[in-house]
Amino acid sequence: MNIQKTAAEETLGFMLPTRRVESFHYTDLRAMLRDLPAEASADGGDNGYTPLVDTHLVSFNDGKLSGEQVLPSGVIMTADAAKANSVDINDAIVAMNAVSAGDAVEFVISGDATKDKPLGLGHVSTQAARSGTYHKVTVKAGSEGHVIERHTSSGGVASLSTTVSELVLEEGAKAVWYIIQQENEAASRLARLNVTLEQDADLSIFVLNAGGKLVRQEIKVAVNGENANLAIRGVNLVGDNAHIDVTTVLEHNVPHTNAEELFRNVVAGDGHGIFQGQIKVAQPAQKTDAQMACNTLLLTDEGDFSAKPELEIFADDVICAHGATVTDIDDEHMFYLKARGIDEKTARALLIKAFVDEVVEEMEAGEVMEEALTGIIDSWLDENV
Amino acid sequence: MLEIKNLHVRIAEEETEILKGVNLTVAAGEVAAIMGPNGSGKSTLSYVLAGKDDYEVTEGDILFNGESILEMEPDERAASGVFLAFQYPMEIPGVPTMNFLKAAMNAQRKARDEAEYTTPEFIKTVKAAAGELNIDFNMLKRALNVGFSGGEKKRAEILQMQLLEPKLCVLDETDSGLDIDALKIVSDGVNRLRDPERAFLVITHYQRLLEHIVPDSVHVLYQGRIIESGDKSLALHLEENGYADVIARAA
Repeated sequence: MNIQKTAAEETLGFMLPTRRVESFHYTDLRAMLRDLPAEASADGGDNGYTPLVDTHLVSFNDGKLSGEQVLPSGVIMTADAAKANSVDINDAIVAMNAVSAGDAVEFVISGDATKDKPLGLGHVSTQAARSGTYHKVTVKAGSEGHVIERHTSSGGVASLSTTVSELVLEEGAKAVWYIIQQENEAASRLARLNVTLEQDADLSIFVLNAGGKLVRQEIKVAVNGENANLAIRGVNLVGDNAHIDVTTVLEHNVPHTNAEELFRNVVAGDGHGIFQGQIKVAQPAQKTDAQMACNTLLLTDEGDFSAKPELEIFADDVICAHGATVTDIDDEHMFYLKARGIDEKTARALLIKAFVDEVVEEMEAGEVMEEALTGIIDSWLDENV
Repeated sequence: MLEIKNLHVRIAEEETEILKGVNLTVAAGEVAAIMGPNGSGKSTLSYVLAGKDDYEVTEGDILFNGESILEMEPDERAASGVFLAFQYPMEIPGVPTMNFLKAAMNAQRKARDEAEYTTPEFIKTVKAAAGELNIDFNMLKRALNVGFSGGEKKRAEILQMQLLEPKLCVLDETDSGLDIDALKIVSDGVNRLRDPERAFLVITHYQRLLEHIVPDSVHVLYQGRIIESGDKSLALHLEENGYADVIARAA
């Protein structure tokens, strides 16, 4: 193995994982990030970020806090928190984030101040440069937190943005967290969401990947409190030339917890999609109920999707199930729609949309958010299918 | 309206020939029944008419209003007025029935250069038609055919037929899986659509359906050929005697 650091690694000060590192087998960062963009220059001006829906907005321009923040009394923000760091090769994204310029912001949510109007973390990359933002959100005991984390970039800009988010749900807290990625087709994005769930916590995560050139979204959840409940749902729309990797690690550490994971993916052109789903059930975590499903529609012969479920179970009284499917559009469904006069293109769009909209519906996001999400999906389908 | 001439069909990429020279003419306003034992090619005939690409026409032609439809895609055939009521309607998860109906109705109107329905017009039309077929309007908000009972699926097929106003209606064993009440509702729905400008090809195993939808002609399909044609009394004869003597006569 070549142990000489690449120019990119000299800049970063650490080695990027190759495909020999199991968790990066399908996303060889060392090969893919040979040309590392320089750090973004300080700007922090108003970036004109347009929110998807009405939120208590905190926006970031190339990693720097931008504009003013007007937050309700139930949300306390601290602007210069410390970023996390790690020397574990599996945490390469965390390390990359630590050495990329960008703000670290901490929020503490109490009560239900974000219930009707969520906290919005809106990011724009405007430079072909590297940035790193860090968020920490704590939802206090018995409180409810709603967060929309969204990432966009100016047209054609080959940015490399990284984000590390930490989410802590205290006892009996409830949260809904959206990660909406709409980078342009030249932009790359590396992200990690670290979650800790305490007793009776209830978290629903929704991931929508609808853009980007190289994207890796990691979600790592430590289920540390009994009766905690977790749902992770997602839609990955993998366009031509895109490489989108979603890697999740769920650690069930205590008895009586539930987790449900569902991803629906659409691969167009010669896109590469990856889902790695690891579920670890520790010996004391009896009565864990963990379900994982990953279904892919592969629209072309050139595209591919790799799904890797991994179960590590040390408790003996658990229910764990996983399933992965990769299919093309069902010919019988196509024939039925065409036999009713619906042309091929419309019929395809109807069937693809049905396949992913089901996951959106399950979120029960409310009319406004649901329309916003299906709107993103519809315009992606228009452009890519 | 429909002329099937010496139609030979095999399953694409297989040697087995299923239809071996079918000749059949159905005039506008006519209800023609096709009967025949299992495996005689009845469903194949219905799929070939609708344009399913699992089948290959090796010889002969299908003329609809004087023009060959063999080169037409299924959606073009539908827009020109061919409708197949499926024996096993597909369940399509995630596509609400109303969205599907709207897409189908508007696609056909668009193909015929007609103005698309507005949403209120569309809902009003569907509600009225659903009412006549005893279909709960809430059922139409669910995914297409998903979780519908056998009878509900067949009624939904007739609803689509009514809404799309085809010229040629092909009913593939629409009576299978129906109880007596559902059979009556479905038959009444079909009879309401009988029209001097519309033809029906009713494929069935049983005389029972033909008591409700009284045919003008009855044809026996056996081993890929029409071996006997007659009026409705032929169906009664088959009910009483089975296919044996008709097959013997043809041999």
